[in-house]
Amino acid sequence: MDLAFSKEEIAFREEVRAFFRDNVPPETRRKMVEGRHLSKDEMVAWWRILNKKGWGVSHWPKEYGGTGWSSVQQYIFNEELQMHPAPAPLAFGVSMVGPVIYTFGNEKQKQHYLPRIANVDDWWCQGFSEPGSGSDLASLKTKAERKGDKYIINGQKTWTTLAQHADMIFCLCRTDTSAKKQMGISFIVFSMKSKGVTVRPIETIDGGHEVNEVFFDDVEVPVENLIGEENKGWDYAKFLLGNERTGIARVGVSKERLRRIKELASKVESNGKPVIEDQGFREKLAACEIELKALELTQLRVVADEGKHGKGKPNPASSVLKIKGSEIQQTTTELLMEVIGPFAAPYDEHGDDASNETMDWTAQIAPSYFNNRKVSIYGGSNEIQRNIITKAVLGL
Amino acid sequence: MDFDLSEEQRLLKESVDGLLTDSYDFDARKKYQKEKGGWSKAVWGKLAEQGLLGLPFAEADGGFGAGAVETMIVMEALGKALVLEPYLATVVIGGGFLRHGGSAEQKAAHIPGIIDGSKTFAFAQLEKNSRYDLADVSTTAKKKGAGWVIDGEKFVVLNGENADTLIVTARTKGSRHDKTGIGVFLVPANAKGVTRKGYATQDGLHAADITFTGVEVGSDAAIGDPENGLPLIERVVDEARTAMCAEAVGAMDESLKTTVEYLKTRKQFGVPIGSFQTLQHRAADMFVALEQARSMSMFATMAADFEDAKERATAVAAAKVQIGKSGKFIGQQSIQLHGGIGMTQEAKIGHYFKRLAMIENTFGDTDYHLRCVAEGGLV
Repeated sequence: MDLAFSKEEIAFREEVRAFFRDNVPPETRRKMVEGRHLSKDEMVAWWRILNKKGWGVSHWPKEYGGTGWSSVQQYIFNEELQMHPAPAPLAFGVSMVGPVIYTFGNEKQKQHYLPRIANVDDWWCQGFSEPGSGSDLASLKTKAERKGDKYIINGQKTWTTLAQHADMIFCLCRTDTSAKKQMGISFIVFSMKSKGVTVRPIETIDGGHEVNEVFFDDVEVPVENLIGEENKGWDYAKFLLGNERTGIARVGVSKERLRRIKELASKVESNGKPVIEDQGFREKLAACEIELKALELTQLRVVADEGKHGKGKPNPASSVLKIKGSEIQQTTTELLMEVIGPFAAPYDEHGDDASNETMDWTAQIAPSYFNNRKVSIYGGSNEIQRNIITKAVLGL
Repeated sequence: MDFDLSEEQRLLKESVDGLLTDSYDFDARKKYQKEKGGWSKAVWGKLAEQGLLGLPFAEADGGFGAGAVETMIVMEALGKALVLEPYLATVVIGGGFLRHGGSAEQKAAHIPGIIDGSKTFAFAQLEKNSRYDLADVSTTAKKKGAGWVIDGEKFVVLNGENADTLIVTARTKGSRHDKTGIGVFLVPANAKGVTRKGYATQDGLHAADITFTGVEVGSDAAIGDPENGLPLIERVVDEARTAMCAEAVGAMDESLKTTVEYLKTRKQFGVPIGSFQTLQHRAADMFVALEQARSMSMFATMAADFEDAKERATAVAAAKVQIGKSGKFIGQQSIQLHGGIGMTQEAKIGHYFKRLAMIENTFGDTDYHLRCVAEGGLV
């Protein structure tokens, strides 16, 4: 047992760190630090820099453009990226649909889609949730009817993140209405520019526009856009959701936010001295740091386990990552609120406009607090995570 | 980075788990509790036979030269079985003082007795008002000829009632809260002027309040520098805290297992109560608390090798905070999910709760250690 990184791993961390330092556009980093929104162009530009370096789809198998890094190296890369901070590769392409395509897709699909995902030639979005199908995803109703060499798709998806930027969607559609609910679902990909696709924005409580409703009205999709077998989509969806086990803790994001909290708490005064010197505040901060340290180690245990025993059999501790990771992210945004106190109030109506710099840095803190309530809801709510622990770990 | 146990460590775990499975079920524990002194000499002998009492000592001193990970493995197993025998007081703390501060003569005089199981130790440190401050020492050790005379009162000395040798902190210089001027002394428990008042503790262990009245010891009694013993005390107490973290993880682990088993078997409204989501989610939260505690126990264990004393102390404090919180949650909720049966002395579950509660309040509680981290800064 040895919790320290090896010399090689430390050297790797230095390499990654140096690359981020020299290559992340400073404006992109600044906006990330201040919790501002990035434009599509800013994100894509950074991801192409990453892809040019060969790190765009680092965790993919080598034959599809991956790096062949160990689990620990992958962990270090993610953490350094989050801590820099810089935008993580677009999960919908890189972590979700990409692995489904290289695992279940045919040769033609692999050759067409994988390089385009790596270079963000296509911006992907995820068509899973529906108004009536949240935690009970398998109850979804969006229908794909086979007519000749086409599927005709009708229905509605919701909470579709950044669909306003998307070129492509991967979509769970019902292809057999007579089968038991998990059995009649297929995994179909298609262009968001198709006739009959309508994207309608949903404004979230922070005033931001991240998520959308997406409507399908007789959208025609070639049958060759089916991934894997018809009616096996639920298996692919489970594979996809199970793939993102270790990234979900977002330890690096919370570390970066703790750094930010300390920075601001050293500037903002309370009772004539910096907030950071207030005993009560320090204890809250310490409690959060301890929780985060524990989570980091729990995550490393899962990572080390994957490295040793493969990704097939998840370490039971992995189910802890989502719950604790989201709780800690939320705590860090609460602490930022506490630091700035009454200056949390001013509202920047143009907060979504990346070019607007008229508001002070404080304007993003309350929205970030509001927005982060989502992290215990998405990706399988924390209550669903508890159901998973109950069944998969405790056997209840 | 590697979280797996080595082959030797895995064998050690198997052997200690095996020993305790054979000789330490809950009924056996009740019997041992009634033996003279409140623990079993026979079990202690078995621990010695398997080499567990010699684990952390250097090979040159007759031990196995094992490290913090091995102690973690043993303590976790002891925590699972709620072992009463004085491993912490004797091997971890007594042994710790000898290993880190003892002279060659002191090691030769005392370590063999620990390893063969013939002698046990106790750490007489706590005073009436010292609470968790290790530098708060009023007991005095005054020079007399080449030796020392010790006067003062110590409280809740774990294994103090049964120990053959006491390790006593006493002030050789300065005033009550000074960080310097504290010495650490080996005192035979039967020395003239030592009065012990023994009692059972809430968790079924045994302790004693001990009075030292003009107790004379030789010049060879002082471990390390008699005028600057605090760094040694802090180091050994950090090891004790770390060991208790592992013990607590063992207790939490078994407490959760027992509770989940109960949820599966206890029926109400015609179904196992484990089918109710409220109880399921509580158990899931207990699992989260356990895994976080396990991670921090490992962190503290690894910190034993940190060069920087302050970094080490902060890591241990952080672990103790996590263990305190997780232990309280798991301990309390184990009772809650058991319902009425959890309130009985007869059921094992309440005894985990009690041990966890006592661990939290030993060598610094959650609030105390949180303040340490808040002052020290972790990340």
